[in-house]
Amino acid sequence: MMDDIDLELFNKLEALNPDIKTCMACGLCTATCTTGKFTDMSFRKVILMLQRGKDKEAIEKVKSCMMCGKCMMVCSRGINTRNILLSITRIYNER
Amino acid sequence: MRPIFDPFVLPFVLGMTFVLLYCIIGMTRIIFQLPKEDRRKFVRSLITPKTLWKDIKELFNDCLFHVKIWKRKPLLGYMHSSIAFGWFMIIILGHMESVAFSPFKDMQLPLMEKMASNLYLPIFFRFFAIEDASLKAQIYCFLMDFFLLMIISGIVIAVVKKKKPKNVGLKRVTKFGIREDLVRISLWTIFPLRFLAEASIAGITGGSFLTEFIGNKLIFGGSYNETLSLILWWLYSIDLAIFMFVLPFTRYMHIPAEALLILLRNAGLKTTEPRKGYAVAEIYSCPSCGLCIDVCPMSEVKDNYKNTAVYFIRNIRKRKRRRDVKNMTEKCLMCGKCIEVCPLGIESLDIKMAQRAKTYYKIKSDFSYLESCKDTESQSRQDEKSLKTVYFAGCMSHLTPKITRSMKSIFEAAKENYEFIDADGSICCGRPMMLTGKVKEAKTLIAKNTELIKKSGANRLVLSCPICYKVFKEEYQLDGIEILHHTQYINELIETERLNIDRSDKRYAYHDPCELGRAFGVYDEPRNIIDNIGLLTQGKSDKDMSVCCGGSIGSLTITLEERDEITKNSLKDITVNKPDEIVTACPLCLKTFARLSPINVKDIAEIVNENINVS
Repeated sequence: MMDDIDLELFNKLEALNPDIKTCMACGLCTATCTTGKFTDMSFRKVILMLQRGKDKEAIEKVKSCMMCGKCMMVCSRGINTRNILLSITRIYNER
Repeated sequence: MRPIFDPFVLPFVLGMTFVLLYCIIGMTRIIFQLPKEDRRKFVRSLITPKTLWKDIKELFNDCLFHVKIWKRKPLLGYMHSSIAFGWFMIIILGHMESVAFSPFKDMQLPLMEKMASNLYLPIFFRFFAIEDASLKAQIYCFLMDFFLLMIISGIVIAVVKKKKPKNVGLKRVTKFGIREDLVRISLWTIFPLRFLAEASIAGITGGSFLTEFIGNKLIFGGSYNETLSLILWWLYSIDLAIFMFVLPFTRYMHIPAEALLILLRNAGLKTTEPRKGYAVAEIYSCPSCGLCIDVCPMSEVKDNYKNTAVYFIRNIRKRKRRRDVKNMTEKCLMCGKCIEVCPLGIESLDIKMAQRAKTYYKIKSDFSYLESCKDTESQSRQDEKSLKTVYFAGCMSHLTPKITRSMKSIFEAAKENYEFIDADGSICCGRPMMLTGKVKEAKTLIAKNTELIKKSGANRLVLSCPICYKVFKEEYQLDGIEILHHTQYINELIETERLNIDRSDKRYAYHDPCELGRAFGVYDEPRNIIDNIGLLTQGKSDKDMSVCCGGSIGSLTITLEERDEITKNSLKDITVNKPDEIVTACPLCLKTFARLSPINVKDIAEIVNENINVS
């Protein structure tokens, strides 16, 4: 259920990277993703999944990221996506 | 007859002993912290005549004459070398003089006393020895006064610089705490005190134009007051002692550290650990001059000047400031301009990279999906063995299809036998990964790309992105494959007349991408190309002084607003001579500028493609 998910880690992520709040899920990041050619990596989905408590699936995606930074360059809201991905690898645990 | 000893020499002797011991222990520590292989390299460099000669040359040029500062800012060059070189000459001449005219020469002194007197005699020579009437002695006196005057003139400029940095061509200077202020004041007063002390006694022991005629006659009216004179000699000695006791804990540590850094650098060493070995030599060599503050693109945003290299190095020197160091490391754009202006050439980016490699990430990257990535075209390639050139556009160029399209048509116009190796999406070159500190993961990407490129059988690799170019040049082991950026490749096509270009009268400004210009000195090739197409206009700061576009992926944490300020400033610099179009050679710069530029921004491949003469 959406109501019982633990968003403690997500809130921590949001506090560190407040720009995450401005994401409008437009999908430009997904469209340009270098890794997206090989896997189902999608920054937009990662954020959505973390918000919905699907941490495990999100982490699977984050692991495949090559950090090229294209998503950051195209983001229509100027979100520092690359740093958010790095923050995720610091805050969340691989379980 | 003058005395042979006076207690006022003691503070100086103690200070000198302390500083020497500190430096010897510090140097030994640095050398023992070096990896074994590096230590061997260092020893080898000291016995190889070629590197030894280079060492000596650089020690003179950099430690004494400060050639690099002279080149950049002549007034500051004079300020620094007048003090450093003048002081050095006073020490050397003082030693020579005290050997030639030692008052203890004919005395029967025990060996220990003789040796001890050698410690202080050259420094306080005028107190202990009466000037000889010979011409040789007079020349010594004159030279000593001359260099003392030179130092005092340098100190005058230093005082002006401190009061009004603008007068010496600096916008901002480094801010210091109390300890640094104390050591600076003690340094500034050493020489006026020496002048007064020597002048006070010049009526008896002699002197030259400065100490005897100006000092003794004008200030002391030609008379000798023993108590006053002794007080001045005490002050001079105590001042020297203060300077030496505080020196190891301040920026003046750069005086001994620079010498060691030059030796280590010429041995070919690089930073491997952010707080050990070579990095320590670099950190202690930083004189906190602050030349990097004005040039750092981050200084555009007011408070960000605190993130510049000089403050970074100061913080890494203090062990407690780990959090600040981490934040500064992650904010840096890695454009390398601070290294370009650094009079000591301190490679602060290497320290930052080593620091980033220490970051702990709980979630490890997993690139196992690349295993299944098959080289689809290798089959068809087996048939045509004559493949010479592969083109690797890189991720960023895929974001700017104008570049890849232009490159394709240039290859075709030059009738190149080429293959676009990552036409349908590339594997990242690994440089962005390295910048996040994940060196091991980056190596996986590098290995995969190496495999794909080697399999192609080509002997030339053309790249469109300077970010890729840097990592390909530095980390890839592509034996026998020549790596070219497209500016170099196109320039070669034009020079060998494989590509004919039409001239137009358009005015172009060229922006040097950091990772092509400063990192590899590719300045002439793109300019040569533009000269063939139209008119090249000068920017305010070109070549090695080019300002980062602001889009750099070197920074992990910088915000878009801060980036935009840098971009605007960089654009102002480029368009100072009113060009029609801005040309650059990096997809990232192109994309960043295009957002905010008032005029068209194009890649160099694009303007070449527009002007190809097809006939």
